Amino acid sequence: MPDVSSAVVAGGTAGRSAVIAEDSVLLRIGLVKVLEMAGFTVVAEAGDAEELLAAVAAHRPDLAVVDVRMPPGFTDEGVRAALSIRRERPGTAVLMLSQYVEERYAADLLATHTSGVGYLLKQRVADVEEFIEALRRVADGGTALDPQVVAQLLVRRASDPMERLTGREREVLALMAEGRSNAGIAAQLVVSESAVAKHINSILTKLDLPVADADHRRVLAVLRFLGVG
Amino acid sequence: MTIPPRLRRLLRLRRDLLYLAAGVLPHLLTAPLFFWAAVLTGQTLAGTSSDAPVILSVPLTLLVAAGYGLTEAQRWRFRALCGVELPRLGFRRARRQFGYHFLVGPLLGGLELLLLALLSAGIAASTVLIWIWTVPWQWRIGHPGYSTQAAYVTALGLLALAAVPPLAAGLVRLEDLVGRAVLGVSRSDELERRVEDLTESRAGAVDAADAERRRIERDLHDGAQQRLVSLALNLGLAKATLTDLPPEVKDVIDAAHREAKDAIEELNSLVRGLHPAVLDELGLDAALSGLAARAPLPVRLRVDLPERAAAPVEAVAYFVVSEALTNVAKHARDATRAEVTVTRLGGILRVVIADDGAGGADASRGSGLKGLAQRVRSVDGTFRMSSPVGGPTMMRVELPCPM
Repeated sequence: MPDVSSAVVAGGTAGRSAVIAEDSVLLRIGLVKVLEMAGFTVVAEAGDAEELLAAVAAHRPDLAVVDVRMPPGFTDEGVRAALSIRRERPGTAVLMLSQYVEERYAADLLATHTSGVGYLLKQRVADVEEFIEALRRVADGGTALDPQVVAQLLVRRASDPMERLTGREREVLALMAEGRSNAGIAAQLVVSESAVAKHINSILTKLDLPVADADHRRVLAVLRFLGVG
Repeated sequence: MTIPPRLRRLLRLRRDLLYLAAGVLPHLLTAPLFFWAAVLTGQTLAGTSSDAPVILSVPLTLLVAAGYGLTEAQRWRFRALCGVELPRLGFRRARRQFGYHFLVGPLLGGLELLLLALLSAGIAASTVLIWIWTVPWQWRIGHPGYSTQAAYVTALGLLALAAVPPLAAGLVRLEDLVGRAVLGVSRSDELERRVEDLTESRAGAVDAADAERRRIERDLHDGAQQRLVSLALNLGLAKATLTDLPPEVKDVIDAAHREAKDAIEELNSLVRGLHPAVLDELGLDAALSGLAARAPLPVRLRVDLPERAAAPVEAVAYFVVSEALTNVAKHARDATRAEVTVTRLGGILRVVIADDGAGGADASRGSGLKGLAQRVRSVDGTFRMSSPVGGPTMMRVELPCPM
């Protein structure tokens, strides 16, 4: 196991501020620890959407970590709050946490901007290293989509171009959509980086997408293809 | 507390007699009215009285009033004394009501009178040896054989009394049958009402079960799921921060971390099988795409619904797809893809699930498919499955879904 405590904390995120909106106190305490480990300063903790909006207005954080279901209705309060944050302060990165994939919420969120947005299943916080990576990626203006969100969006868009992809290419596309770099994809699939690059080229060709080098542009392209960008 | 059988018989006899006695008046009330009307009609026709045609309207009006009004009296009598509930007829079924009060009623009233007369006679005869002492002694002197005759009379009286309970029970039975047949609801009415009742109570049961599933889902979401995530997070934090632990301890933490994540996964899939929150919030389309995405094989999903269906129908449709995809994953191992189509044709929501596996599935076996068929039936839906050996397997469920 890599020594994350030094590797992760040493990332250049020190000094960035974050707010947390999560109604479960137990989970909130844990999230604060993880965020602090990732180098964020947690400036406010909110238990519902109203508190979250007030905290964002007061502290202007770099990142908001928001639970989808919160009091009083326990439906999509978090998403609506996140959308309003994105509208009023586009500079604030938002990472949504949800018990289940609710793809339409993810789609709504991604429809505004695809930079600085994340949508992860709650259980992903347990994989601390990966979660910290996702937090940083989102705070840096990148994207973090849960593999399940991606899978679900792919189901929705199971149109003909998708069927031209091989199984491996689908996997690569899904990882791309999650916001991973070539190196990340290579590590995940246990292949070489050049093999990944080859797959990506093949995908972009098959899907008639322009070849672009930046990770973020790739995600944009994928999202546009998924119909949410 | 148990009632001794002898006392029970006595109580029963008392109830029967009360019931029959209470029947005499309402049953025989129409007879004198008829008589009166007949006399007045006779007078009118004969022209013997100039007032008769005018007065005739009184018994006729009373007869009509009795034809309807006596039904209420009989309802009371049946309910209070016999425990039989007759429907409130009002002015409906006039022929039956009039027939009962004008034709059947007087006959029954006559029988009731006869029985009561038998009872009175029996009592009087069987006690003859007692009350004969009130007769002046001169009479007894003049009738020397009276004591033998009195003994016969007593025996006859006792016989009559012995006959009263079975006769009364029989008459009560007869009245019960006749009353229910004539004044009661007809069989088709009763069935119709019963179907209505059952439909209503079944819908209630379906709703209650749905509400219960929602409640459990909510409780699990607020409780166990959050706790498990928090537990897994803390174990993850321990894994990430406590790097200088001995390898055995690390392994233990690692295992606990994995277990916690598996538990979350299991609990999530359990909750999804119950009633996912997303179904209520966003509808069938969103909930089904979640199912499709998690299926272990590629699923093509097509949902074409102009508007949302009723909640119980959505819940059943979701359950159908969930069970069907679980089945495909479990049994159709050689299936490479599945297709789920949800469409609405008029008042019918149609769900079709097809896979390209080897087929040979049997709907009569396996609790999953049986439960599926049962839930479909609970909303009056139909369930059909075709799975020839060699495939493909296709499941078609149609649910009534009023616009």
